[in-house]
Amino acid sequence: MNRSRPWLSMLFWLVISFVTLFPIYWLFVVSVKPAVELFSTPDVILRSFYWDNYVKVLNDPTLRRYMMNSIIVSTGNAVIVTILGFMACYALSRFDLGAKESIFFWTITNRMAPPAVFLLPLFLLLTQVFKIGDFKLYDSRIGLILIYCTFNLPFAIWTLRPTIDAIPRELDEAAYVDGASPWQVIMEVVFPLARPGLAVTLILTWVFAWNEFLLAATLTSFNARTLTTGLSEYVTTTGTEWGLMASIAMITLIPALIVFAAVQRHIVAGLTFGAVKG
Amino acid sequence: MGPPRRRQRARSPAGTGEEPLMQSNRLGWLLLAPTLILLGLFGVFPFIYVVWVAFHRWNPFGANPDMVFNGADNFRRLVFDGEFLQSLGVTGAFVFFVVASELVLGYFLAQAFMKDFPGKAVFRTIHTLPLIVAPIVVGSVWRLMTTPSIGIIPHLLQSWFGIEMNIGRDAGVAFLVTVIMDVWHWTPLVTLTLIAALVSLPSDPFEQAQIDGANKRQIFWHVTLPMIRPAILATVFIRLMDALRTVDEIWMLTGGGPGAATRYVGLHIWRIVFPKTDYGYGSAISVIVLYITIVMCWLLYVGLIAPRNKKGSAG
Repeated sequence: MNRSRPWLSMLFWLVISFVTLFPIYWLFVVSVKPAVELFSTPDVILRSFYWDNYVKVLNDPTLRRYMMNSIIVSTGNAVIVTILGFMACYALSRFDLGAKESIFFWTITNRMAPPAVFLLPLFLLLTQVFKIGDFKLYDSRIGLILIYCTFNLPFAIWTLRPTIDAIPRELDEAAYVDGASPWQVIMEVVFPLARPGLAVTLILTWVFAWNEFLLAATLTSFNARTLTTGLSEYVTTTGTEWGLMASIAMITLIPALIVFAAVQRHIVAGLTFGAVKG
Repeated sequence: MGPPRRRQRARSPAGTGEEPLMQSNRLGWLLLAPTLILLGLFGVFPFIYVVWVAFHRWNPFGANPDMVFNGADNFRRLVFDGEFLQSLGVTGAFVFFVVASELVLGYFLAQAFMKDFPGKAVFRTIHTLPLIVAPIVVGSVWRLMTTPSIGIIPHLLQSWFGIEMNIGRDAGVAFLVTVIMDVWHWTPLVTLTLIAALVSLPSDPFEQAQIDGANKRQIFWHVTLPMIRPAILATVFIRLMDALRTVDEIWMLTGGGPGAATRYVGLHIWRIVFPKTDYGYGSAISVIVLYITIVMCWLLYVGLIAPRNKKGSAG
């Protein structure tokens, strides 16, 4: 349509990109400055790198435990969600179950619920109801994994459903005619074809769990705290150590940045429930 | 083991009409079961539980620690709870400003993206970036940008315009910064959904309108807008629901302050209601907030997604 002034568009988008990137750049700047320099005049240009903040954070046993928890919980959540989502979508796609669409819609409403509303009931259930002897789900990694699964499964089902639906039924049927068991059909026919969709689901649910804060902050107290709650602990105290906080924020940001390129195209469809294909 | 037995049944109906494939729905339910159990246990059960608790007086650390049924007392109290109503009010204002500015800004950015220019893909990637940043990190970033004495924004405002900005003291400024932060974080979502809508538009109506001598504004109001209306509505609802449950960023940026100026409803439940261990009353608030959300969710599904899906499967 309008091809007259491409450089003007470019300039416009350079400005927009600057606005988008500057806050993250500023985070990096603060994270590589010693505390004394922060309170002199704020300086946009980096003259030297001071990595001590990162060294301190990575050597802190508490934060290391938080990081470990984050990795375990995100990974556990992503793997379980993807497997369960795959199974559920296969069931919804291939079987003539009654009330199938209602089940599908119901799973989605689960994700629409604001987590803040569930804080109180989940807290009460995890501390008082769901316990076996002395073992409580509260403040345990497995408890957090299960809660994250609940919030991520609807997303997984929503994103995987079209993938499974797109795999022709004829392939399943041919395999059954050849005498394959349902297990073989799922593992050797459907799974390989669904792999790209499964990878996207795995990555995105991993990032969602990694980024989550509110539930982790409420449903853990000591053992299962994650990195995002660690980040929040650095502001509640008076006299925030800004450099340390910034470096924890950077560390929290890094995994998302790494997978960003791979899932970029799917983020929008994911965040809008497929209402819009990005 | 189950599967071998089923295999034999699977062979017999092969090649026949409608349902040759699946032996029984038992396998289907079996595959679905873990999902249903998990969502039931941690999704539905808490929901029923919170409704049940909402009709009780229950404060385990209060004078009377037992759970006592008190009818709709909690809900009656809620109507006169100034703090809660104020929280609802600022949430409403926040959601309104956020969604409105993101929609307008997102539309302009989407339009700006419709032209061809070098580096388009790179700019698109950069623009998508904020979407994947953790909300708590977004809050940290903006706190670092706006905190007096270390933040770059108050510093520049001071040295360029002589304006003093203190997010910790000025309620209006704090509110504005939360809005700007949310706009920074979520405008890309609006932009990208609107780009998708604009790209899929046919070109004939635009050409026709130009032939008929319509000006830019007329084309926007009478051609573009009606055609992208479904996409706009979908985006608005999605943003609305997400904005309603904003907690992490705000907690990190202002902690709800100064005073209660930015204590949006999710934060209110978490910081004020929840720690008081007044579980009955807290549950009542949760139920009301959930009710508002469910109504919106239902509207979204019935009004937007359901008709589209029907169209999709028919065609």
